Parts: sequence; C-alpha cells; structure tokens
Amino acid sequence: MINTCALILAGLVAAPLAGGLVNGLDRILTARFQARVGPPVVQPFYDVVKLLGKEKTVVNVWQAFCAYCYLAATAISVVLFFLQSDLLLILFIQAVGAVFLVIGALSSTSPYSQVGAQRELLQILSYEPLLVLVTVGIYLETGSFKIGQVYAWDEPLLLKLPFLFVVLGYALTIKLRKSPFDLSTSHHGHQELVKGLLTDYSGPFLALTEIGHWFEVVLILGLCSLFWATSWIGMIIIVATTYFLEIVIDNVSARMNWRWMLGYVWAMGLTLSVVNLVWLYVR
Amino acid sequence: MFKRMITESRIKSPWLLHYDCGSCNGCDIEVLACLTPVYDIERFGIVNVGNPMHADILLVTGTVNHRNKKVLVNLYDQMPHPKVVVAIGSCGLSGGIFREAYNVVGGVDKVIPVDVYVPGCPAKPEAIIDGVVIGLQKFHEKM
Repeated sequence: MINTCALILAGLVAAPLAGGLVNGLDRILTARFQARVGPPVVQPFYDVVKLLGKEKTVVNVWQAFCAYCYLAATAISVVLFFLQSDLLLILFIQAVGAVFLVIGALSSTSPYSQVGAQRELLQILSYEPLLVLVTVGIYLETGSFKIGQVYAWDEPLLLKLPFLFVVLGYALTIKLRKSPFDLSTSHHGHQELVKGLLTDYSGPFLALTEIGHWFEVVLILGLCSLFWATSWIGMIIIVATTYFLEIVIDNVSARMNWRWMLGYVWAMGLTLSVVNLVWLYVR
Repeated sequence: MFKRMITESRIKSPWLLHYDCGSCNGCDIEVLACLTPVYDIERFGIVNVGNPMHADILLVTGTVNHRNKKVLVNLYDQMPHPKVVVAIGSCGLSGGIFREAYNVVGGVDKVIPVDVYVPGCPAKPEAIIDGVVIGLQKFHEKM
C-alpha cells in the first residue's frame, strides 16, 4: 500500500520535474549546437511558473476544459506506467489526452489554431499505429502487456526488437514535435504558423499544456527504457542516447510537410515493424 | 512566497513580441541581432514568440500611422497582464524624421502606454537589451 502511494507520488511529482529538466537540457544542447550559451537548465520551470501567474484569458470555456483534460490524461498515463500497469491501457489514455488538446485548439476560430489542430490530428494518425505495433512486438516477445512483466524479462528487448526500437524513435520524434515533424506547433513562434496548435492557449492554460508535455516526454522515454530493462545502467544509456539523437536530428533537419510525414513514417514504420514481427514469429 | 516566486520567474522568462510599426527595418535588424549567437538573449530566458497571447513584453519599432495604430492597439489588448511596452528608435519614440508627415500619428506613446524608451537611429542591440532589462524591473512595480 505504502509502496503504491510512493509510486503514485513519484509519477505525479518526480515525472514532471524530470520532464522539465530534460526540456531544459534540450534547450541548452540546442543552443550549444548553434554556438550559443543557452538558458539555465531550470528555464522551463521559470516559464511555467510565470505562465501560471499570468492573467487568465480564454477563447471559450471548452478550451480551458480541454487543457485540464489533457493534463489529467497525461498524468494518469504516467502514474499507470509507474504502477507497472497495462501498456495498451496507458497508450489509449495518452491518446485521449492528445485528442483533447486538438479539440481545445479546434474550439477556437483562429486559422493558426485550426491549421495546427488539423496537422496534430495527422501526426496522431501517423504515430498511433506505430506505438500499437511496438506494443504488439513487446507482447510477442514477453507474452504480456504488463510493464511489470516486461521489466522482469531476463534479456534486453533491443536485441530481439531492433527495428521496432527504430519505429519507436519515429513515434518519439513526432510526439516531441521535433523537426522534421514540428508541423503542428512550430519551434519558433514567429513563422507562418505562429504557434499552431498552441496559438490560442495562453497564460495558465499554456502552462497546463506545457506540464502535460513534460509528462508525455517522461512516458515516451519510459517506453524507450523498456528496451534495455535488465540493468539500470543499460536503461540510462539507452534513454540518454535516444534523446541525444533526437536533439541532433532536430537540429540538422528542416520542417517537412504532412504528406511527406504520413507517407514516409507509414512506409518506413510499417515495413520495419512487419519485418521485425515476422522475424519474431518464424524464428 | 508564491507571489515572490512568480515575480522572480517573470523576470527570468520574458517572452517578446516584436511589432514593426512602419520602421525602415534598421531597428528591426538590430532587434533580430539580439537573437544571434553574438548577443544570445536566450541566455536570459528571452524568447521571440510572435504571438501576442504568449508575450510579456511588446517591442515596437517605427512610427505609428493612421493605418497601423489599430493593429498596434489590437496586439496590445491581446497580451495578457502583466505586460510591458518598449518603444525602440527615434521613430518609435517621437515619430523621428517622419513626425511632420500628414499620415503619421507620432510616437508609440500616442496610442498605447509605453514603459521604456530606447533611443537611437537605429538603436544598438546593447541598448535594446538594456531597455528590456529596465522593462523587467517594471514587473516589480506592476505587482
């Protein structure tokens, strides 16, 4: 009982803190790649506290409601992950959160918000099948959707599911909204899309979406850690390497359009998944 | 305590909105120069957001005329409180060499309240950064 409470607390408190720090490291590394110094590592926390203290302005009440639902869904999915629950359940709850964010953006009439929301829907359409296929691969190998059982598996999944790990990388890049997939909310808010999906979220509600995003980062890095669950060192190395590669890809690539994203990610992702799944099945 | 934390965060995380109110682009180039690796204002948490609903500080360059004053007021109204306005360059301060023109209203302060004036033609990036820093101190007073 005490253990469960500790895990829930870890999911609710430690996870967003870790997500914020990862975000801060991301900004520093990106700045270093561009020969800049970059902000302090706790900068994302300053941003969120500032946003929480700003005046509440909403386009309509549904937007505020959707921001709360998004945060709740992402928080629940991370808590379930910490409780070592069912992978499929976690993915579905996370998808509900993602869809609420889109509905919130669609409830505003701003064209930037609308375009951003449509693009986010296409992004969800691109990565959701891939995440489910990764989960199926994990099931075929370990015989369970339970995270507890996956962590207890006695050999690293990466050796059996190398292609599915690459597929998870695609999903991670889209989910983190990094280049070349930063279609729905451009990194730099002074471009053609302004801030896309997030344009009309402001003040405290923007802060809620930011905290929700930290939860999502932790969840997806947690999924990566499943691939080398036999030792702590392996887990840390695989998560750190994956995130570092994400930042490098983000910095060396330009933004592509959604047709390219859908075609490329589905073609590569589905092919790699099928090859890996068939190999798992026939061996 | 929370109040102090929020004020502290406001000073550490100012998000800028830059509006070119009909400037010759001299001041705009200097504003954008602040974002380059030489000045790297992201060190101070400053981000150029381009969205009034996310911004804390409004940087205005150029003279205000009868066409764009509505846009300027609209942008100012869309920014959530607390907010600071920094007028940049001779034109933003007073209308500059265009102040006698028939279509010109004058400086930015004719239309919206201005907190900090940064002179220069064009204003130097160092002066703009100084102006923003003085603007941040205004957040203390606005609490």
